[in-house]
Amino acid sequence: MEVRFLRSGDTGLVVQFGNAVDRAVNDRVLRLDASLRAAALPGVIETVPTFRSLLVHYDPLETTAAELTRSIEALLDRPQEGRRATRLWRVPVCYEASHAPDIAEVAERTGLSVEDVVSLHSGTRYHVYMIGFVPGFPYMGDLPESLVLPRRADPRLRVPAGSVAIATSMTAIYPLESPGGWHLIGSTPIRLFDLRWPAPALFAPGDAVRFEPITAGEFEAIRAAVQAETYRVPSEEILP
Amino acid sequence: MSAVLKVVQPGLHTTVQDLGRFGHQDVGVPVSGPLDSESLRLANALAGNPPGTAALEILVQGPTLEVAADSVRLALTGTQTGIEIRGDETAPRILPPWRSLRLRRGQIFRVGALSDSACAYLAVEGGFDIAPCLGSVSTYARGGLGGLAGRPLQAGDLLPLALEEATDRGEAALRQVPDLGLSRPVRVVLGPQDDHFTAEAVRTFLSAEYRISPNADRMGFRLEGPKLEHRDGYNIVSDGIVTGAVQVPGSGQPILLLADHQTTGGYPKIATVISADLPVVGRRRPGSSIRFAAVDVAEAETIRRRQEATLQRLARQLQPVAESGDIDLASLYSGNLISGVVSARD
Repeated sequence: MEVRFLRSGDTGLVVQFGNAVDRAVNDRVLRLDASLRAAALPGVIETVPTFRSLLVHYDPLETTAAELTRSIEALLDRPQEGRRATRLWRVPVCYEASHAPDIAEVAERTGLSVEDVVSLHSGTRYHVYMIGFVPGFPYMGDLPESLVLPRRADPRLRVPAGSVAIATSMTAIYPLESPGGWHLIGSTPIRLFDLRWPAPALFAPGDAVRFEPITAGEFEAIRAAVQAETYRVPSEEILP
Repeated sequence: MSAVLKVVQPGLHTTVQDLGRFGHQDVGVPVSGPLDSESLRLANALAGNPPGTAALEILVQGPTLEVAADSVRLALTGTQTGIEIRGDETAPRILPPWRSLRLRRGQIFRVGALSDSACAYLAVEGGFDIAPCLGSVSTYARGGLGGLAGRPLQAGDLLPLALEEATDRGEAALRQVPDLGLSRPVRVVLGPQDDHFTAEAVRTFLSAEYRISPNADRMGFRLEGPKLEHRDGYNIVSDGIVTGAVQVPGSGQPILLLADHQTTGGYPKIATVISADLPVVGRRRPGSSIRFAAVDVAEAETIRRRQEATLQRLARQLQPVAESGDIDLASLYSGNLISGVVSARD
């Protein structure tokens, strides 16, 4: 697909690589993001990678859309640098009914058993496509085909922090209590977003995530360790 | 002894804002910052501060504050509503905005209902002694971060001042009060997804009058008016959002996104307000009407450069004013300097 440059007023330039949620398209977004960060072009304030495009926020007093477009085209013509270093995270999740308000309904609507929902969800390695909606909210995919459901018809006004949820081809974790329309199939005791960290979000776009089932008892133990700041989410560096 | 402003009455929604929190939109943290950056910068110029110093943003109904410091220098901008001062030997008096003034310990001052614009800025010399959060003091109330405990002011709050007392110097006023532009059309650049709308929808958006719904907040304005028709559905794959973007959900009623908007979203955006006109939008009151006019991005950039030059000139060319005396309003507001304000009353 052709790269398209779209205008977001005079402070944003959208570099769009496709129209669909697609790993290859997202990889191009993340590679351009890495090149742009390395290039540190004048006037670029920050970049926001999303599923299929990169939004470049710029200061129109420092550069122009025309100049920025030329510089980005030149970057795209060059062999692309690798992506940022990425990590594989192993996230503990309690799928027991007490921690998973919608899991029975998801099983019913997908025609699967609750055990199948758990093994399918925790048996897949996910890619963090982007972070948005609320601070630290990771859009991760792709779900196994048999778990794909539309969003809930009746969004909740309050979804608790740590809720592990699915909707369409995506899974996510709610980092803070917020409204939400996804199906809640589990809960994690880990913290995803903390203002005291130098980088406030645990995951970065491009990271990989696996979910590991835990019992309600283990959930409480990890939660206590998280509160005591003695718990680290298991992770390892991976090649992009 | 610490120097603070005591919050007697908080006002409708008074928050601490600097020029915004940049660099974390890739992990979903909104920029926040002022609805009207121009008035924030001018308030700081009058108070003798660098332009990005955090000040109080006042929405619609202002606060009542008490000075619990030896003295403090203040400046109110963004409105023609004055500051009412009580608590000393003289009768209550009202000092006009767009100038600095010095108050002493025990004096109580109040910014009442704003008569014209939706927002005003109250800067204090030296700024507030509040630790930044992710590089900014701006309040993002939905996420509970920044400002004073991540929320709007409440009665009883103590706002810590960076200076124990005002520096010893004369007071200053602007030579010219900027036109608030409360009734002029708001300029937009079409896109990024104007091709998701029918040609008729784009024509309608650029010609119709919309009304800003009363439930407006710092995240955005819901606009009420002619429905805008999508070409093929109203869902797009979520992408990034800039402040000023006009997104159109399935209802066909546009939403103009402001300082606290989400960083990403899944509705097509028909147009984006140019950066020079964001302050003009931020000042619009819920319930008022709004019209849009299209420019191209090169024009938007030129307009912004011109506006920046004007703003810097205004901030540089301050004139001395008497310590307590009222300035000559008639000469200050002569000519067409407040045409926007006057016409906004009808």
